[in-house]
Amino acid sequence: MALPARAARFDVDVGPALRAVILGIGLLVSAVALLGLIGLVLTQTETGFTWAGYWQQVVSGLAQGAIFASLALALVLIYRATDVLNFAQGEMATFTTFIAWSLMNHMSYWPAFALTLVIAFVGGAAVERIIIRPVEDRPEIVVVIVTIGLLIALNGLSGWIWNPEVKAFDTPFSYGTTEIAGVVISYQDLGVLGVCLATVVLLWAFFRFTTLGLVMRAVANSQDASRLLGVRVGWMLALGWGLAAVLGAVAGMMAAPTLFLDPNLMLVVLIYSFAAAVLGGIDSPVGAVVGGLILGVLINILGTYVDFIGGELRLPAALVVLLIVLLIRPQGLFGHRVVRRV
Amino acid sequence: MPLLELKDVHARYGPIRALHGVSLTVDEGEVVALLGANGAGKTTTLRSISSMTRTSGDIVFDGRRIARRSPEYAARLGIAHVPEARGLFPELTVWENLRMGAIGPGRGAALEQEAKRVVGYFPWIERRRDQPAATLSGGEQQMLALGRALVSRPWLLMLDEPSLGLAPTVVRELFAIVHHLNEDEGLTVLVVEQNATIALDIASRAYVLEVGRVAVEGTSDELQRHEGVRKSYLGY
Amino acid sequence: MRRYLGGAIGPALFVIGAVVVALLPRFMGEFRLLQFTLVAVYVIALLGLNILTGYSGQISLGHGAFVGVGAYVTTLLSLGRPGLELLQLDPPSWLPIGDGMTPIFTIPIAALVTGVLGLLIGIPALRLGGISLALATLALAVSFPILMKRYAEVTGGGGGLNLNLPETPFGWDISTRHWLYYEAWVTAGILFVLAWLLVRGRIGRAWRAIRDGEVAATSSGVNPALYKTFAFGVSAAYAGAAGALFAIEIAYVNPDTFPVALSILLLASAVIGGLGSLAGAIFGALLYQFLPIYSQEPPVVSFEFADQAPPVVFGVFLIVIMLLLPGGVVSGLRRLGAFIRGNLARRPSRQRA
Repeated sequence: MALPARAARFDVDVGPALRAVILGIGLLVSAVALLGLIGLVLTQTETGFTWAGYWQQVVSGLAQGAIFASLALALVLIYRATDVLNFAQGEMATFTTFIAWSLMNHMSYWPAFALTLVIAFVGGAAVERIIIRPVEDRPEIVVVIVTIGLLIALNGLSGWIWNPEVKAFDTPFSYGTTEIAGVVISYQDLGVLGVCLATVVLLWAFFRFTTLGLVMRAVANSQDASRLLGVRVGWMLALGWGLAAVLGAVAGMMAAPTLFLDPNLMLVVLIYSFAAAVLGGIDSPVGAVVGGLILGVLINILGTYVDFIGGELRLPAALVVLLIVLLIRPQGLFGHRVVRRV
Repeated sequence: MPLLELKDVHARYGPIRALHGVSLTVDEGEVVALLGANGAGKTTTLRSISSMTRTSGDIVFDGRRIARRSPEYAARLGIAHVPEARGLFPELTVWENLRMGAIGPGRGAALEQEAKRVVGYFPWIERRRDQPAATLSGGEQQMLALGRALVSRPWLLMLDEPSLGLAPTVVRELFAIVHHLNEDEGLTVLVVEQNATIALDIASRAYVLEVGRVAVEGTSDELQRHEGVRKSYLGY
Repeated sequence: MRRYLGGAIGPALFVIGAVVVALLPRFMGEFRLLQFTLVAVYVIALLGLNILTGYSGQISLGHGAFVGVGAYVTTLLSLGRPGLELLQLDPPSWLPIGDGMTPIFTIPIAALVTGVLGLLIGIPALRLGGISLALATLALAVSFPILMKRYAEVTGGGGGLNLNLPETPFGWDISTRHWLYYEAWVTAGILFVLAWLLVRGRIGRAWRAIRDGEVAATSSGVNPALYKTFAFGVSAAYAGAAGALFAIEIAYVNPDTFPVALSILLLASAVIGGLGSLAGAIFGALLYQFLPIYSQEPPVVSFEFADQAPPVVFGVFLIVIMLLLPGGVVSGLRRLGAFIRGNLARRPSRQRA
């Protein structure tokens, strides 16, 4: 495939880093503006609407969205590297969260957390080498079924090893709340947001600034070209799966305190994360994170302020919104792989 | 002993047989051209060397058997294969593409040093370091692909149709650089080309492939005088 | 001789299968009969899924939702409360609902309703690529039980609805179970033949062309939008018919009978049975019915078990099958057939005295 020649978009090359910062600030400003606009609409339509309550919902929506963002990023990571949609991502996360739970019975939180991440990494890489590698070249539907099989097996395995009763999961963040500009925010929400975003940023830094990260990005761009340069593509793919599993583990451990730990912990989260990834553009890591955050805030606001949605219809409502976005922009918000090769 | 030797190589893509017993050699320090029309099997020959097709027969590089191994293996032994489609990473920047050339060890590349060398040949790279490779023109992409191949200080440079889609001036510039690299630095080159004229200008020997077989072989001079080759590939 | 056999194998197997199906009830009790009746239901559902995913190449994770729709349509019609009051409409006078429609007549209506629904969904689905389509259909599967619970006034909500057990027609002297068994299998047979006709004709060829390369198909004059949407409609209609029969067999529907897991497992069964071949639907249906992954009857698929071992086995089984036989049971049989035929050719002909 010969690359199309496109004219450079900027006359002055300000450098990609600066461009990213400008883009980020722009996004942030438009997000706040949009939220403010929605709030204004709600002041008219809702009785008992308070700005404080509104922003509180936004923040807890962000925390929830951060969890979606982490898992969505894991999905996108794997999809970009191996062209596989890993339906088992949620169950892998649940499984590692159970492992964390067992570890936390013997050691304090953060050491157990770190050890879990290591185990998740190894596990993810192992899954790629042992289960996915043999079916890599087979048709898409075959790989889909393999990941579904993995989902079912892990779900059953979690229940079998740790018994399916709901368990409580520790949180390292205190249970209190704090007040910022009149808005009450829980430490839990702040903590979740912080940890998830920190993980995402660390990962971004890894890909951007290390050689290994560069090689992995190259592999995601083109496996064949990487091979011709001597890259051991197989190990890079395993590495990708390992990192994705780490993201999943973080998501699971952040979700478990509020959602409680049982084998079905991440099933619903997976659906939301899948939706977030597609919303952002299935091949865009930035899209996954932004999509996750948007979705988290969206379902919180819809659930709180739109009466007929209430608690039950949040998931279908979110999916409807997603589908509307996709119909308008099929490649997602940040996606761009609409190439049709003849 | 030749640097690269193919002995009776057959290759196929699934059920389609593309090469029917190709034998050729490339000695160290030579430029060898692989000529022929579309579909003759030139690209397939390079791909076989890089283990990208199903091959039978022997392929020996620097005394080692490399047939039926893997592209990574050939690359790590010091074969730089620049494929027809350039093989660039479209979303990575020019500089990052260049850096990727230093990943698999060739003769032990020190990136900075090699990169300076490459920038010497293609000064524009310095100016456009942070541009995504997809935004380059066809000629620039070809030069970047060549530069990236050079960064790893390969023993053997394999170029697949470097002139494809390029303006004649760019093609001349490119081949001049390759010629210079061969003469001054002793780089061994195997170049596949449909443009037989310019290939024979810099090659010392050449093989002409037809329908997956070697039809004619000889020195560049011999081929330029060969009547069949002249009529079919050189246009006079 | 072999050439004649080759073309006639399909119909021959069909006839043999029909005979087997007809005779089977003699050898089993009521419970087994119910199980085999459900196999027919799943065959119909999987035929539809096969058409959508195997022949026209669109991956759907929402097939179970259409099955559910069909089940509820049948239930509501046969109970005489089609729920149209929600839309503030009266049921049309020509619809013989009365106190409740005879169940068998509800089957085509259920198929029609779901078919139309499938067409409606198929149209926007065109805009979505493989992944997005998978997500959209997943959204359907997830939303269906939630919506059914939400609109409990119509659907009976979480408590579900009971159907009246059907009477054998014409006062025939066979048990209800037997009647239902034959009803299901005859319907399955008819729909199988219909699918076969669709698939071997122009439409089937168009589907396969689209599946194998949409751009190439378009340049050959095939309008992908038309055929893809049609595939959606047909597959949904099949699912609806299956759902209708299901409701009639089990005589009870509730939202949890049609969870996301149903759609996922139907897809898995279709793939393991063998996509791209109608016979695969039969193997998939047998698999779905008889592979132990749920712990209660009637077959309610859920991931919450007391005994956790079966899902692990099933999951591993899925993975292993995809490694060994990605084409499903059908491809395995084909390979076996080729192997046998290969061996037969080598046997020396017997000497005649």
